[in-house]
Amino acid sequence: MTIKTGFERIRNSALWRSIFRSGEGSSNLHRAQAVQQNLLLHLFSVKIRSRALEFKPTWFLGALTLSTFFILVVTGILLMFYYHPSVPQAYADMKDLQFVVASGVFLRNLHRWAAHAMVFLAFAHMFKVFYRGAYRPPRQFNWVIGVFLLLLTLLLSYTGYLLPWDQLSYWAVTVGSNIAKAVPLMGDKMRFLLLGGHEVNANALLRFYVLHCVILPLAAVALIGVHFWRIRKDGGLYVPEKKS
Amino acid sequence: MSDEPKERAELQSDVRKNPRRIAFITRRTSPQVRTQDDARVMTYPTALLKFIVVLQVAFLALVWWSLTVNAPLEGIADPMHTPNPAKAPWYFLGLQDLLHYFPPMVAGVLIPGLVVAALIVIPYFNINIEGRSIWAKPAHRPWVMAAVPLFTVLIFLLFAIPQFTHGDGALPAVDRFLDLFVPIVPTLLVGGALLLSSRYSPQSPKPFQRWLAGKPLSFWIMTWFMVELIVLTAVGTFFRGPGWSWVLPWRSY
Repeated sequence: MTIKTGFERIRNSALWRSIFRSGEGSSNLHRAQAVQQNLLLHLFSVKIRSRALEFKPTWFLGALTLSTFFILVVTGILLMFYYHPSVPQAYADMKDLQFVVASGVFLRNLHRWAAHAMVFLAFAHMFKVFYRGAYRPPRQFNWVIGVFLLLLTLLLSYTGYLLPWDQLSYWAVTVGSNIAKAVPLMGDKMRFLLLGGHEVNANALLRFYVLHCVILPLAAVALIGVHFWRIRKDGGLYVPEKKS
Repeated sequence: MSDEPKERAELQSDVRKNPRRIAFITRRTSPQVRTQDDARVMTYPTALLKFIVVLQVAFLALVWWSLTVNAPLEGIADPMHTPNPAKAPWYFLGLQDLLHYFPPMVAGVLIPGLVVAALIVIPYFNINIEGRSIWAKPAHRPWVMAAVPLFTVLIFLLFAIPQFTHGDGALPAVDRFLDLFVPIVPTLLVGGALLLSSRYSPQSPKPFQRWLAGKPLSFWIMTWFMVELIVLTAVGTFFRGPGWSWVLPWRSY
């Protein structure tokens, strides 16, 4: 029995077919069913213009941004196993990651650098989409969703910045949250709501933790879903017409 | 029998508005348009495989980065001890640099608010729909030529006025000089390139000249915004030290 026939046998088993519906075979019908019958993949059309998959029109910036998001979700969940959102335990957890947890430093590095990369890539993606005119009708609304995703990315990065509870994070968030004071009429109220007090303190750490690990990622996942679904609804990735 | 000709040919000269095509429509038949048929591939497995490759490239690059550079970790947060300078995360340092010039109401609320609003409305205002060059209409030429220097002066005044009104007397002359002239650099660069592009023909044999001459207004505005964003962020990240004074990034302070 070769590996190929082994796979075919698995794909023909009752269990596999109950999960994925389509059995063995690699015809275009099977491949179409692989997309249509998958909760995640059915956001996409079954076929895609081959020119949209080339490097030149997109530089793969959207795919790279999504890749960093995946890496952030995985490393973020692993980091949550070692983290307590309380003062001063949060900082002690950083030290534990450094000296006690196996590969703890690597894990934190990966999460932090991926976060910086995602902010940069989201900006780069936006400029690339603008310069090739991919925001034009009928794709207007997807551009707007993209702007909100950029803001979500910044908020995710900003709330995560406080979590290590070191001097760098404390004062960076203090500087940032002081800007909120300047908002007329409700500036102080907004800052109080964000920080859970008048200072950056243990309450603020807890609020930023909940925002960073629950509320903002859920919002991002929802908007990313809509962002991808709209690509399909708006006629696929934009590729300029061929010049004859 | 009518006098109408059996066939009719029509030719439009503006290719952008009316794609050039000749239609011969014979009586008792209907016109048929052949749409552009792009080659298509299956999403599964072709596109999915390509995404997985991109994901792995990103992952490998980040793993390499994480193995070579450690994330910063300073001492435990101490509300009683303010570092000088206290800096926001890097992507907000452009904003923080604006805070050095303008009151928080302007730099922290008005400008970011306007930027976000401008980004949202871009696709709803016929911006760049045709991608027509800013020099396409000769009648607009003098207006554009006048607008660029005017805009430059306006930006210069915008950054200069706060300097003279609240006058940071504590800063040395070099700092005040740099404060005055660095924020105008992106405007000078992009405005200069814009004026330069007026001298090039869209039919120029040189690709770069042709490329520059064909750019629409929206390209110039977005490019100005992008260069301003990059310069202010770089200044805030690398060239600002204690009391938001100018420093060289390789000197310790």
